[in-house]
Amino acid sequence: MKLEKEDLAYYAKVHSIESFGTVDGPGIRFVLFLQGCHLQCKYCHNRDTWDINGGSYRSLDEIFEKILKYQNYIQPNGGVTVTGGEPLLQVHFLISLFQKLKAVGIHTCIDTSGMVAITKEIETLLSLTDLVLLDIKHIDNEKCKALVGVGNTLELKFARYLSDHGIATWIRQVIVPGFTDDKEDLLKLKEFIASLKTVEKVELLPYHDMGAYKWKKLGGTYALENTRPATSQDIARCQAILNATTTAN
Amino acid sequence: MKFEQWNGFQGGDWQSEINVRDFIQHNYTPYEGNSDFLEKPTSKTETLWNEVLELYKKEHDAPGGVLDIDTKTVSTVSAHEAGYIDKDLEVIVGLQTDAPLKRAIMPFGGIRIVEKSCEAYGRQLDKDVETIFHQYRKTHNDGVFDVYTPDIRAARSSHLITGLPDGYGRGRIIGDYRRVALYGVDCLINKKNEELDILDVDQFTEEVIREREEIREQIKALQALKSMASQYGFDISKPASNAKEAVQWLYFGYLAAIKDQNGAAMSIGRNATFLDIYFERDFQNGTLTEAQAQEIMDHFIMKLRLVRFLRTPEYNELFSGDPVWVTESIGGMGIDGRTLVTKNSYRLLHSLENLGPAPEPNLTILWSTRLPENFKRYVTGLSIKTSSLQYENDDLMRITLGDDYAIACCVSPMKIGKQMQFFGARANLAKTLLYAINGGRDEITGKQVTPKYEPILSEYLEYDEVMEKFDQMMEYVAKIYIKALNAIHYMHDKYSYEAIEMALHDKDLIRTMACGIAGLSVVADSLSAIRYAKVKVIRDESGLAVDYEVEGDFPKYGNDDDAVDQIAVDVVKTFLRKLQKHQTYRNAKHTLSILTITSNVVYGKATGNTPDGRLAGEPFGPGANPLHGRDANGALAVMNTIAKLPFPDAEDGISYTFSITPNTLGKTEEQRVENLVNMLDGFFKQTGHHINVNVFDRSLLEDAMEHPEKYPQLTIRVSGYAVHFTKLTREQQLDVIHRTIHERI
Repeated sequence: MKLEKEDLAYYAKVHSIESFGTVDGPGIRFVLFLQGCHLQCKYCHNRDTWDINGGSYRSLDEIFEKILKYQNYIQPNGGVTVTGGEPLLQVHFLISLFQKLKAVGIHTCIDTSGMVAITKEIETLLSLTDLVLLDIKHIDNEKCKALVGVGNTLELKFARYLSDHGIATWIRQVIVPGFTDDKEDLLKLKEFIASLKTVEKVELLPYHDMGAYKWKKLGGTYALENTRPATSQDIARCQAILNATTTAN
Repeated sequence: MKFEQWNGFQGGDWQSEINVRDFIQHNYTPYEGNSDFLEKPTSKTETLWNEVLELYKKEHDAPGGVLDIDTKTVSTVSAHEAGYIDKDLEVIVGLQTDAPLKRAIMPFGGIRIVEKSCEAYGRQLDKDVETIFHQYRKTHNDGVFDVYTPDIRAARSSHLITGLPDGYGRGRIIGDYRRVALYGVDCLINKKNEELDILDVDQFTEEVIREREEIREQIKALQALKSMASQYGFDISKPASNAKEAVQWLYFGYLAAIKDQNGAAMSIGRNATFLDIYFERDFQNGTLTEAQAQEIMDHFIMKLRLVRFLRTPEYNELFSGDPVWVTESIGGMGIDGRTLVTKNSYRLLHSLENLGPAPEPNLTILWSTRLPENFKRYVTGLSIKTSSLQYENDDLMRITLGDDYAIACCVSPMKIGKQMQFFGARANLAKTLLYAINGGRDEITGKQVTPKYEPILSEYLEYDEVMEKFDQMMEYVAKIYIKALNAIHYMHDKYSYEAIEMALHDKDLIRTMACGIAGLSVVADSLSAIRYAKVKVIRDESGLAVDYEVEGDFPKYGNDDDAVDQIAVDVVKTFLRKLQKHQTYRNAKHTLSILTITSNVVYGKATGNTPDGRLAGEPFGPGANPLHGRDANGALAVMNTIAKLPFPDAEDGISYTFSITPNTLGKTEEQRVENLVNMLDGFFKQTGHHINVNVFDRSLLEDAMEHPEKYPQLTIRVSGYAVHFTKLTREQQLDVIHRTIHERI
C-alpha cells in the first residue's frame, strides 16, 4: 500500500472536488482541489489546503472516471480546472491525468501561482495544458515576499515561459486593499502583462474574508484581521488603471 | 367539416376528425430567431395590470388573503353572471365569478371543506346551500368516507398516506381547450353524439352505461359552456375566426373548467404554438400588429393570474402560496425534427417581462438539447431574472408521449385530450421504513397502525433484516394505497365528474393511477447508514424504536455515489412493482411520481427520528432532492444522482429543485446564460426529468421575510411550482432559505 501511494504518477493528494465550477476558467468546470501549498499567502481563503499531510489519496482512475461522469456538462465549452493548494507540486500526477483528458478531448486548465522552477516535467505538463490561470501575487518583489512569503522571480519567469511557448493565459490578481491596489504597482503589472503574448484575459479578484474562519479553525492567527474586503468600487478603480494599459497597446 | 373560419389554413385529417395535433403540424411556423421582435406592453395593458396590482394588494390585506367569497351561488360552468376587471380595457374577458378575485364555492367535492373555508375567512355559507348538500345531494367526500375501510383510515390518520384528494377536487386533468377554438362548440357536441351512437350496443354492461351517462354529461357541459360565453356576448358555437377570438374561445373552455372544478391542479395544456397559427394568419391578412398580438397574450396571461380557489388554511400548509398550477407547457421538438417553438412561445414568456414575474401560470419549458439556441438563451436569461420557470425533458418524454403532450400540475406529462390521470398524492416511505422497524407501530404515537408483526429487536440494525421487513411493509402500504385511490376515484367520477374537461377529450382514454413517493432521500440515506455505517437503536420503555445513533460515515444520496444512489433506484422500482400487484379502478396504469410540492415540510413534521440521523419533525428534501446539507460535491453531482432515478418507473415525474446564487452561476450575465444552458443540456442528456431553477441570493430572501411589502412580486420555484415568496408560511420560508443554495467560494 505504502509503495502504491508513492507512485506519484498514479495517486494525488486531494482536498476536495467541486462538480460545478463557473469561475475558474471558461464554461462549466469540474474543479479538482489538490492538497498542499508551499506559499503562505496572508489572504488565502483555502488555508485548509496548505498542509501536504492533509487531504486524502485518490487514484488516477478514480478521478478520471469521476470526470467522465460530467462530460455532458463540461464538454461544450467548459472542462477541468486543477487548483489547490498549488497543483504544480503534484506535477507527475497531473501529467498522467491530462494525458487521459486530452485523449478524450476535454479542455485542461491549471490555476497556479507559477512559483515553481520549470523542470522537464513542468514542460511536459504545460504541453498538455490548454489554459493557465496565473495568479500573479505581486508585481513588486519585496511586497510579494511580505505578502506570500517568497519573492516573485519564479512566477514572472513562469509567465514568460507561457508567453514564449504559446500557452493561453489568464492573468489574475487578488485585490487586497492596502496591499495590491497601489497605483504604481498596478501600472508596473500592466506593463509586464503588455510584454506577454498569450494573455487572453486579466481578472481582478476581490479579496474577501470568508476564508478567515478556516485560519481560526486551524489555530492560526489571521494576519489580515484588520483589512477590509475589496468592494466592487475597488475593483473598478484597479480595472480602470489596467484598462489604460490595454489602450496603450 | 367545412368552416369559413378555416380559410387560409392548410387542410388535413384535422378537418374530418378531432385532431388538433394534425392541424398544428400542417400549419405552424417554427421560429429559430431571437427575441428582438417582442413589444412592450400597450398602455391599455399597463393600466389594466395596475388595476390588478391594486386588487392584489387588497387581497393580500384581507383576512387570510381571501378578498371575497360568493357564499350563495354553487359554482357550475354557467352559474355566475359575467364579471369584469374593467370592461373597457379588457381584450380577453371572463372571470370565475361576477368579480375579480371573488372566490366561488364548489361543494360537489365536499361540503365540509366549503363550510370550513367560509368560516376560516369570516363568512357564513348560505343556509340553502348547506341544506341541499347535507340533506339532498351527496358529495365526493361523503362517498369516499362511506366506503373507506378501517385500514385505510388508520393509514391516513397516521400520515402513512397523506394528501389524498378525498375531500377536495383531484384535478390534474387537462381539457384540450384548443378544440373550442379550432372546431367551435357545436362541432364538438356533434362528435360527442357520434360517440353515443358507438355506445348503442347490445351488450349493455355497467361500463357502457357509465360511459353513456358520462358522455351525456359532457354534452350538457358543452351546452353550458356556450351559454356562459353568451353571457359575455360571444357565440362560440362556430370556430374562432381570428387570433383574438382563438385566445378568447380557448380561454372560455379553460374558464368553464375552473368554474366547474376546484381541482388540486388545473393545468391549461400546450397552447402557445397552436395560437401562433392564428396570429400568423392575421399578420398575413394585415389585420394585426405585433403590439396587438402581445396585448392579446398579456391580457390572456393576466386572466390566468387571477384564477383563485377557495381552500382551507390546512390545505395551504400542504400546498402553500395559493397555487392553482395553471401549467402551460412551452417549446419542445416535433417528431419530424422541427422545433415547436414559435414566436408566440416568446410572447407568452415575455409576459414575465411585461407584467413582472409571477408564479402563475406555471410556465414549463419542454427542453430538448436540439431546441434553437436563441430560445435556450432567452428562457435561461428569463430564469436568471425571474426564477419563474421550470424545465422538463422533452427528449425523454417524446419517446413515449409523442409531441403533443403537456404537463399537468408540476411534472405529470399526458397526451393532450387522449390521456388523464387519477391523482394519488403520495405515500410516506420514510415512515414506512420506521414502521418496518417497529412492527407497524407508529414511532410518534406508539399506536399499532398496520397489522401486528415482529419488530426488529436487535441493538444494531442489520441491513438484510431491515430490507426484508421494509419490503413487507411496502407491500402493505401499496395495498392500502391502491384501495384508497380506487375508492376516491370511483366516488369522484360518481359525484364530482369533470364533465367539461372530459368533453374536451377523446372517448377512449389512457388512464393512469398516479401514485407518489415522499421521503425518498431519507429512505436512501437511512438504508445506506444501516448498510455502510453502524446504526444503534434507542428504544423507549415500551420497546418502541424512537431514535437512532449512527456510528461512522456512510455514502449519502446526492453525491453521485452509486453505493447509495442505487438504493434509491431500487426503492422506486420495488415500490412500483408492489403497486402493480393491485387491480386499479378503470384499469388505470400504475405510475409513480417523486414529487412533494411543499408538503415535504408537513411530511417531515409527522415523521419521527430516522436512521440517517435526521431528527423528528425536520423537513424531508423536496421531491427527489437530497436532504439539505447532505450534498458535498456541488450541483452537478446532485443532478447526476437524480438523473439516475428511472423515468420509465416514475413516469408521473421526478422533481428536482435547484437554487443557486447569481455569482456562483457565472461572473457576467452572458456567462450565466451560457452556463445555465450547458447545465440544462447536460442534466437532460443524463436523462434527468425535471428541474426548477432559482437564481437568487440568500440575503434577498432573508430581507423579503422581514420586509414582505418590498417584494410583492418576488417569485421562487418550489417543488414543481412557483409561489410568491411572501405568501409562504414562515416555516416554509425558512425551509427554502435553509435548503442548499449552491454557492462555493
